[in-house]
Amino acid sequence: MKELKLMKGNEALAEAAIRAGCDGYFGYPITPQSEVLEYLANEAKKRTGMVVLQAESEIAAINMIYGAAGTGKKVMTSSSSPGISLMQEGISYIACAELPCLLVNVVRGGPGLGTIQPSQGDYFQAVKGGGHGDYKLIVLAPSTVQEMVDHVKLGFELAFKWKNPVMILADGALGQMMEKVELFPQMERTNEIYPWATTGKTKDRERSIITSLHIQPDKMQEINLHLQRKYREIEKEEIRYEMIDCEDADLVLVAFGLVARICQKAAGLAKEKGIKVGIFRPISLFPYPYKELNKLADKVKGFLTVEMNAGQMVEDVRLAVNGKIPVEFTGKMGGIIPTPEEILHKIEEIYVGETA
Amino acid sequence: MAKVKGDIIIDIEKCKGCELCASACPQDSLELSRKINSKGYHYIVKIEDNCTGCTNCALVCPEGIIKVYRKTDKKKEPIATIANVTGDITVTVQS
Amino acid sequence: MNEKRMLEEEKHFETIIAEESVCTNDNLVYEKPETLTDTPMHYCPGCGHGVAHRLIAEVIDELGIQDKTIGVAPVGCSVFAYNYLNIDMTEAAHGRASAVATGIKRVLPDKYVFSYQGDGDLAAIGTGETIHTCNRGENILIIFINNGIYGMTGGQMAPTTLIGMKSTTTPFGREVEVMGNPLKITELIAQLPGVYYCTRVAVNTPNNVRKAKKAILNGFKYQELKKGLSFVEIVSNCPSNWKMTPLESNKWLEENMLPFYPLGDLKVPKNPPKADKGELI
Repeated sequence: MKELKLMKGNEALAEAAIRAGCDGYFGYPITPQSEVLEYLANEAKKRTGMVVLQAESEIAAINMIYGAAGTGKKVMTSSSSPGISLMQEGISYIACAELPCLLVNVVRGGPGLGTIQPSQGDYFQAVKGGGHGDYKLIVLAPSTVQEMVDHVKLGFELAFKWKNPVMILADGALGQMMEKVELFPQMERTNEIYPWATTGKTKDRERSIITSLHIQPDKMQEINLHLQRKYREIEKEEIRYEMIDCEDADLVLVAFGLVARICQKAAGLAKEKGIKVGIFRPISLFPYPYKELNKLADKVKGFLTVEMNAGQMVEDVRLAVNGKIPVEFTGKMGGIIPTPEEILHKIEEIYVGETA
Repeated sequence: MAKVKGDIIIDIEKCKGCELCASACPQDSLELSRKINSKGYHYIVKIEDNCTGCTNCALVCPEGIIKVYRKTDKKKEPIATIANVTGDITVTVQS
Repeated sequence: MNEKRMLEEEKHFETIIAEESVCTNDNLVYEKPETLTDTPMHYCPGCGHGVAHRLIAEVIDELGIQDKTIGVAPVGCSVFAYNYLNIDMTEAAHGRASAVATGIKRVLPDKYVFSYQGDGDLAAIGTGETIHTCNRGENILIIFINNGIYGMTGGQMAPTTLIGMKSTTTPFGREVEVMGNPLKITELIAQLPGVYYCTRVAVNTPNNVRKAKKAILNGFKYQELKKGLSFVEIVSNCPSNWKMTPLESNKWLEENMLPFYPLGDLKVPKNPPKADKGELI
């Protein structure tokens, strides 16, 4: 039987973490995601015995994740933009040491202390590697509260499949809004012991060392090559996206997360005016659906990328399209959500320009 | 010549010649060799035959490369005798 | 018949020992612990890190907890500690070892977890993590090596560098007006209720080495008893960056470091659990 609930995005995500059999959460309060820690503090221990700890800072939190993930346990943290910036050093270590864990960024407007309103300004940070060195996170971008739930389960699966940190890149609005969600049944916490994990060296195996230090350049290059090979495999296997009404569209809106839903409304308004608009929504931001976008570029006249930032993903759309068709951009910054009418206005501007 | 009660074995290849062991030795039995090991360090050698096996040298050795031996007379002393079964059996304790 | 032959053989064996060498397995009274690997250490000659590593390994062996122990190495000279200890280890980012240890201990509460950190790591960049880990009373052991200098990066000033002490970043000696006073973080930590056991030891003399081992042993034992955090500061030398011979450095340590960082317990349990010789209650 389906278990339906009306839930706030942050709380739904926390509920999903408990149900996914998460072993530990280490985090620090920051608006607009503090409900994750609050919800877990209230629910997790009594239901599954999951560890929930409020750290003294995001820096401590991510390093607790590093330690705990190294034991092979299912662990996660969540934060919002400035907090995620503080975590970047640790994330780089985790990526290099190839540890599975789930990171959630409920993005708010920046730069700096910025605002507590929703934004997509951390796209570059999440997708291009916000910390030092050559590494990638698997990045998932939910657009509904339902996906906030589903991506937790998927995120843990991908993290362990690839031994790589996975980031859910949401935004302040998704974290705060309430929607109907279907919850998956409670999964058991596994006590699986991985040979690579630090669980105590037994006689039958070599000691496990979790490290990102390889002082010899040739060894460090080898690690890098290995990571890059892994990222190429991820690019082959883990592309996720959604296409709506793209088949006979003249113009396709490219947007991720919450903005993709606003685009749907805008596309409906455009249809009423006789403009055929489709929507392409990347769900995995790394790996990014370059090929799919490139293919789509053969069929349509133009792309309009809509984001809640100064134009970050649009660079990837342009890379994908490689000059085949024009790629336009419209966006809002500083915590302002674009309205369907504003997007429609931009669509009309482009459409008129093209037909004229 | 004093009766030898203790002795040490030094893994001279791993010795870095810091001389901490020599200064810790109450018997002044240790000294740097004029020779060097394959790493280029003058290594520690025992120059006197008066070691008591006190373990001081091994305790302060940062490299953990000194094995210490000590002969105690208590060893192998019978602590009990079991009365005749098919003959006497001697029981000893190892320290 | 059989007994007689055995006795004869034993007598024969004993004669050989007496005639030949003291160096037999029977007479072995000290060797490096098994948990210390055979890898030659990268430390400079005379460095206290080697002794500290060996003591940890000895305690692990004595308690028989190799399969239950997880160590956390820091950034600094002991960044490679995992090369020398044959146990599962995680190499933490600079200053974060106690947070990493917290993460491990929280999800594996039945394992022994310790962090091994230098003065720069623990008392400068990682002060926040250190104090909060101690304040939460995490059931772990923190081993803090204080040699008053940044060794790995080449002898810069540490938070524990003494007043007037020269380093590459205080070439004329540490001036209080410019750099503040040396930080006695162990005294600070001893005040926190979460800390169960807090002590300062050194490894410059055989006797101090014995005491240091006892302190580390206590730390592991209290962890077994789930008593909270144990903090062991080891005042150590840095011959290379102090620009002295190992012997001079130990003398300097005795004359300068120890008066400022006096050895001894800063916090001991009121009714210490009875357990000695490595036996756990």
